Amino acid sequence: MGFFLLRRVLLGALTLFAVSIVTFAMFFALPRDPATAMCPKNCDAQRLERVRAELGLNDPKPKQYLRYMSGVFVGRENCPAPCLGYSYVNNEPVSQTIGRVVPVTLSIVIPASVLWLALGIGLGMLSALRRGTVFDRLAIGFSLSGASMQLYFVGGVLLLVFVYTFKVLPYPHYTPLLDDPLAWCTALVLPWCTLAFLFSAVYARLSRAQMLETMSEDFVRTAMAKGLRQRTVVRRHVLRAAITPLVTAAGLDVGTALGGTVITETTFGFRGLGRTAIDAVRDGDLPTIMGTVLLASAFIVVANIVVDALYTTIDPRIRLR
Amino acid sequence: MSSTPLDAAEAPAAMSTRSPGRAAWLRLRRDRTALASGIVSAFLVVVALAAPLIGVAYGIHPQDTFQEDLDRFGLPYGVAGGVTGTHWFGLEPGQGRDLFIQMVYGMRTSLGIAFAAALMTTMVGVLLGIVAGYLGGWVDAVINWVTDVTLALPFLIFTLAVIRPIELHFYGPREAVPGSFRVIVLITVFTAFGWTTTARLVRGQVLSLREREFVEAARASGARLGRVLFRELLPNLGAPILVAFSLSIPAYITGEAALSFLGIGMLEPTPDFGRTIFRSLNYLQTDPAYVLFPGVTIFVLVLAFNLFGDALRDALDPKSLR
Repeated sequence: MGFFLLRRVLLGALTLFAVSIVTFAMFFALPRDPATAMCPKNCDAQRLERVRAELGLNDPKPKQYLRYMSGVFVGRENCPAPCLGYSYVNNEPVSQTIGRVVPVTLSIVIPASVLWLALGIGLGMLSALRRGTVFDRLAIGFSLSGASMQLYFVGGVLLLVFVYTFKVLPYPHYTPLLDDPLAWCTALVLPWCTLAFLFSAVYARLSRAQMLETMSEDFVRTAMAKGLRQRTVVRRHVLRAAITPLVTAAGLDVGTALGGTVITETTFGFRGLGRTAIDAVRDGDLPTIMGTVLLASAFIVVANIVVDALYTTIDPRIRLR
Repeated sequence: MSSTPLDAAEAPAAMSTRSPGRAAWLRLRRDRTALASGIVSAFLVVVALAAPLIGVAYGIHPQDTFQEDLDRFGLPYGVAGGVTGTHWFGLEPGQGRDLFIQMVYGMRTSLGIAFAAALMTTMVGVLLGIVAGYLGGWVDAVINWVTDVTLALPFLIFTLAVIRPIELHFYGPREAVPGSFRVIVLITVFTAFGWTTTARLVRGQVLSLREREFVEAARASGARLGRVLFRELLPNLGAPILVAFSLSIPAYITGEAALSFLGIGMLEPTPDFGRTIFRSLNYLQTDPAYVLFPGVTIFVLVLAFNLFGDALRDALDPKSLR
């Protein structure tokens, strides 16, 4: 298992390396003149020259890449260790901007993912166990329509119903968890529900199919033939085998979930990582976009390693490879 | 097909004489979901194709404004966002454009980009998958690694990041970017990220097909690489490619609308679902019908294509679990 994980970590590091090169090329080699693009609207010739000099844009590209990456690991002057560059639009190091908005994104994505995994897998399993019943049909209908819904439309309708029509919730306004847990919760409950509705639909479908497939396998029939109660068979034999592919899917979906969070933030007007990236796109703030992309990719790679570690704990068959 | 049930002895014989394509077609026709979703999808495609004709028949152009039907706050008079006999879906608050014709033309934008992107990804994916699967060795290893890295990239975040640098490559930082350029960029970006699933699928199929006798026979008779790949292998991959193609269309509809919602897809004045819904969120309180019309339209569009793709998969692969 140690070897397996080590290999995954090395592979992850390699992927991150590739991503960093692609991103760097995207932001410093693709635009005709990165300095002009990065300089804010009222940029005079003198300031432009300074930007060019600070970024070392006249150096060869590999040297620029090395300088950027060394900044990430050891920092630069006026920009401590995880230095992702300096934003000339926000007038601060990118890592400072990101540090401020990351809690918002995490507050949305972590509880929402717990909610949708529980809801989706639970629903899928129940409907697989009650195949053909009214409950099963309703669950299929739910997952089919949920999978075709748009996040922002669901978010808009929830806002319309709960905030504007029945006025049971205030307009979402982010409050840090430690300042006021209740306000944190009431502000985020709509984004959580929006994300959970859409993603749980996908997982309900997946886990239903997975359960049905597992339940038709020989070892389940053996367990039934032994005279075990159905509950025991499901809990001890079916669940464990059926959940492994779901864990893989969840790992692959981290990227999709982050994308979904960007849309959710825009819908509800939260200033998280996604909103920051979009504003940066609008302002042509290349260093900030690049920082967000690198962070998001790192997050996905790490999440996938965690998923692989979970995987080996859940399903011992994997360790043999 | 006759409605009298076939008797048990006749049924297997009748089934075995059918070609696989015909058997799939019969299964598809018998599926009520497939029929309904197929009709709706086809209808929406016709709406998209005939958008200018519908505009002529309806008597309103997408850029026509009806400011006289808006009150001094820019909100349409009447019920449900100004629904009348002339404006079936009401008017857009502020701009006063007709929402129905916006949606008709939005359908064209959406389906045009989705079909083009699906075609491109299928072509690239099939080509790379078939080459990787058949040749194996280092070609396969390289294509596989590129697939892995592409799958590791967060699609939406990467797309929103890459659009600006691409524009900066072709245009200056302060220059206006034409709408047609965005269309090309979107299709390119979808292709760059979307080919992986098709490539994976095709590669897997080719790995098992290439050991079959007909491929060996072709090789032994001195067929060139291109012939083996495209005349021997490709015709056997029709079913999975068709399913992947049809299920990728709703995915690109969703992707395009999401990017436009975020303000990095289609720009004014090109009619677009995502951008309309983004705008409508500002009028949730005052004009709730404005979010409902485009929201329901895109929901029906994506649902119809999703259901039809699923039904197609079930028809082409009877063993697949629903």
